[in-house]
Amino acid sequence: MPDGASPILEVQGLQTVFRTRGGDIHAVNSVDFHLQPGELLGVVGESGSGKSVTMMSLIGLLPSPPAEVRAGTVRFGGDDLLRMPARQLRDIRGARIGFVFQDPMTSLNPVFPVGFQIMEPLRKHMGLDRAAARRRAQELLELVGIPDAARRLGDFPHQFSGGMRQRVMIAMALACDPEVLIADEPTTALDVTIQAQILVLMKDLRERLGMAVIWITHDLGVIAGIADRVMVMYGGQVVEQAPVKALFARPQHPYTRALLQTVPHVTGARADRLKVIEGQPPVLSGPPRACPFRARCPHAFETCARANPARVAVGPDHDAACFWDVDRGAPRHV
Amino acid sequence: MSETTMSDQSPRPLVEIRDLRMHFPIHAGVLRRRVGAVRAVDGVSFDIHEGETLGLVGESGCGKSTCGRAILRLYDITSGSIRIEGDEIGTLGQDALRPRRPRMQMVFQDPQASLNPRMTVARIIGEPLDEHTTLSRAEKLDRIYELMDAVGLNRNFANRYPHQFSGGQRQRIGIARALALNPKFIVCDEPIAALDVSIQAQVVNLLEDLQDRFGLTYLFISHDLSMVRHIADRVAVMYLGRVVELAPRDSLYGAPLHPYTQALLSAVPEPDPGLEASRRHIILKGDVPSPANPPEGCNFCTRCPQAMPVCHRIDPEMRELRPGHFAACHLHDPDHAPTAEPTAANDQPQQGE
Repeated sequence: MPDGASPILEVQGLQTVFRTRGGDIHAVNSVDFHLQPGELLGVVGESGSGKSVTMMSLIGLLPSPPAEVRAGTVRFGGDDLLRMPARQLRDIRGARIGFVFQDPMTSLNPVFPVGFQIMEPLRKHMGLDRAAARRRAQELLELVGIPDAARRLGDFPHQFSGGMRQRVMIAMALACDPEVLIADEPTTALDVTIQAQILVLMKDLRERLGMAVIWITHDLGVIAGIADRVMVMYGGQVVEQAPVKALFARPQHPYTRALLQTVPHVTGARADRLKVIEGQPPVLSGPPRACPFRARCPHAFETCARANPARVAVGPDHDAACFWDVDRGAPRHV
Repeated sequence: MSETTMSDQSPRPLVEIRDLRMHFPIHAGVLRRRVGAVRAVDGVSFDIHEGETLGLVGESGCGKSTCGRAILRLYDITSGSIRIEGDEIGTLGQDALRPRRPRMQMVFQDPQASLNPRMTVARIIGEPLDEHTTLSRAEKLDRIYELMDAVGLNRNFANRYPHQFSGGQRQRIGIARALALNPKFIVCDEPIAALDVSIQAQVVNLLEDLQDRFGLTYLFISHDLSMVRHIADRVAVMYLGRVVELAPRDSLYGAPLHPYTQALLSAVPEPDPGLEASRRHIILKGDVPSPANPPEGCNFCTRCPQAMPVCHRIDPEMRELRPGHFAACHLHDPDHAPTAEPTAANDQPQQGE
C-alpha cells in the first residue's frame, strides 16, 4: 500500500455515547485511525467492542437520541464529516462512501424490485435518467456476478438467495463509484462456501475499481485473507493496529494474542484443549480511566488500573495500547 | 448399507440411526392439498458410541438441526430407525417417550430464546426435576446448586433471571438444565454459534470437562468446521438431507474424500495471512438446491466441480473407503471412477444457478 500518500479518511478523537435510562454507555472512546486510498483496513473485535458504532458515527447513521457523538473529527476530502450540514452529508453517504451491512434481507426493501433499489441512488446522486440508470444497474449486477442480470432487475429481494442478496447489496454500494466502501460483517450471515465466493468477488472488485475498504468482522480468518492492515478494537477503543502480517506474526497487545490463541484451526496442529480468555468483556458505563482489558489480562499490574494506556509505536506502522512489553516480559518504558 | 458396516467392532453403540427420514409436507391451493415435501433429512444412517462426540457439520438448510431434533423425537419422523441403548424410539408415541426423555437431552443454539425470561435460574434448571423426579424441595435445591457448580455458575445467582446474565452464562444455564436428569446422550445444536469468539472456548472446554466427568455422549451440530475439528472424535458431513461423508476426525480433516467436504474445508479461512496467501480455495458455483426438489442422481451434482455423467443419473451409495471412513461419491466407486486422476476432471462443465 502507498505509505506516503495522504489518507482518504482520517478520524481523530472520536467519542460516541449512548444515553439510556440506565445511564450513559461509552461505546466509542477516543478512536483514532486513518484509511489510505486503495487499502483494505480490517476492523476486528467482539460484539460491544465499538467497531460498528465507530463506523456508523463517521457517517451520521446512528439515531440521535440515544446516540451522541461527543467529540472528534472525521476528515474526508478536506471536509469534517461531523461538522457538515445534514444535507451535504447525505450527498456523500451512498455516493462517495458506500455501505454493505451484515444482513441483506433487512437492508433491502422487500416491496420493491432490486433493480429499482439499485437505480434509486443512481438517479438521486448521479442524476441519471431512467434508461441510463437501468443500464448502469444491469452493469453493476453483472459486475458482482449475478447471472442473467437484465431479467433479475425486476426480481424482488426474496427471490434471491442469501449470497445473491449480498451481491445485490454490494452492487448498490458500488453504484456511484464510491471512494470508500464500509462493509460491516458482510459475510457473517453467509455459509462458508458462499462467503468464499464473496471474498473472491471482493478481491476482484478492489483490483478493478481501486476503492478503499473498511471491513468490519469478528472472524480472524477472513481478515487474514483480505486485509492490508488491521485495527483491533476492545471496550470501545483501538488496542492494536498493524499491517496484517505483522499483526498475526507479532501481536503486541495481550488481547490480540489471546484472541489469536483461542480460535481453533481447520489445518495444522490441533490442541487438546482450547486456550481460554477468562471473564467477560467490560461494561462501558463510564469514561475509561483504566485499561479496559485489565480484568482479563494475564499481564495486568498496578499501573493498568490507574491509567488507560495510550497507543505507542511497537514496530513499523504498528502500535498497541498496553503498558506491558510482551517481548521483554516487563512493563514498557513510556 | 448393512447394519455392521457403519460401526466398528467395539461394543454396541449408544445411538444407532438407520435410514432416518424427516419430510415436511408442502400444502398448497384452496384445499391445502399436499403437493410435495421438503426432504429435510433423507436417509441418514450413523452410530454414536458411548463417551464419543460425533460432529455433524454442514451449511444452513442441509438438515443437520432437523436431524438432531428428529433423533430426540422432537418430531414424528417420516421413517427410519432410532435406537438408543438398543431401545427403538423411532416409532414410539409421545407418552411412551416421556419416561425415556431423561436419558436424552438437548442444548439449544440461542440461550436467549430457549430460556423462559419469567423464570429464575433455579426454576429453569429445576424444571426437569419437577417433571421427572419425586425429589423433595430441599433435595431439588441441593441438586440445582450442584448443577450450577458443575457448569461454573455462582450459586448466589440462583434467584436471578436470564436477562441478568451474559450470553456465555446463559448457555451455561441451558447446559445445567440439560444435565439435570443425568442424561447419557446430549444433542448440542450449534451451542456456541451465538457466542463471541472469546466466550466460545469457555463453553467448549466446559462441554469437554462435563463429558469426561459424567461420561456423556454428544452429537455436536455445528457449521463451525474449526470448532468441530477441536471437539469431535468422528465427523459426519451433511449436504441437502444426506450424510455425504463420515470419518474419524483426523482422517476427515487430513484427507477428505468427498468433493463437497473438500470444498467446504478449503472455504474456511485460516487466521494466518501467509497460509491464506498460498492456500488453494475451491470455489463452488451457485447455491444449494431446494430440498423440496433435490436433483436427480447425486444431490451434489449441480455444484460438484468433478461431476461425471453418471452423477446426474445414479445416487451414489455410502462406501467404506478407508477404515471407518465412509463417503458417498462415484469418484471412489471402481465401477464409475474416471480412469484419469479425479483432479484432472476439474474443468468439467459446471452448473451454476
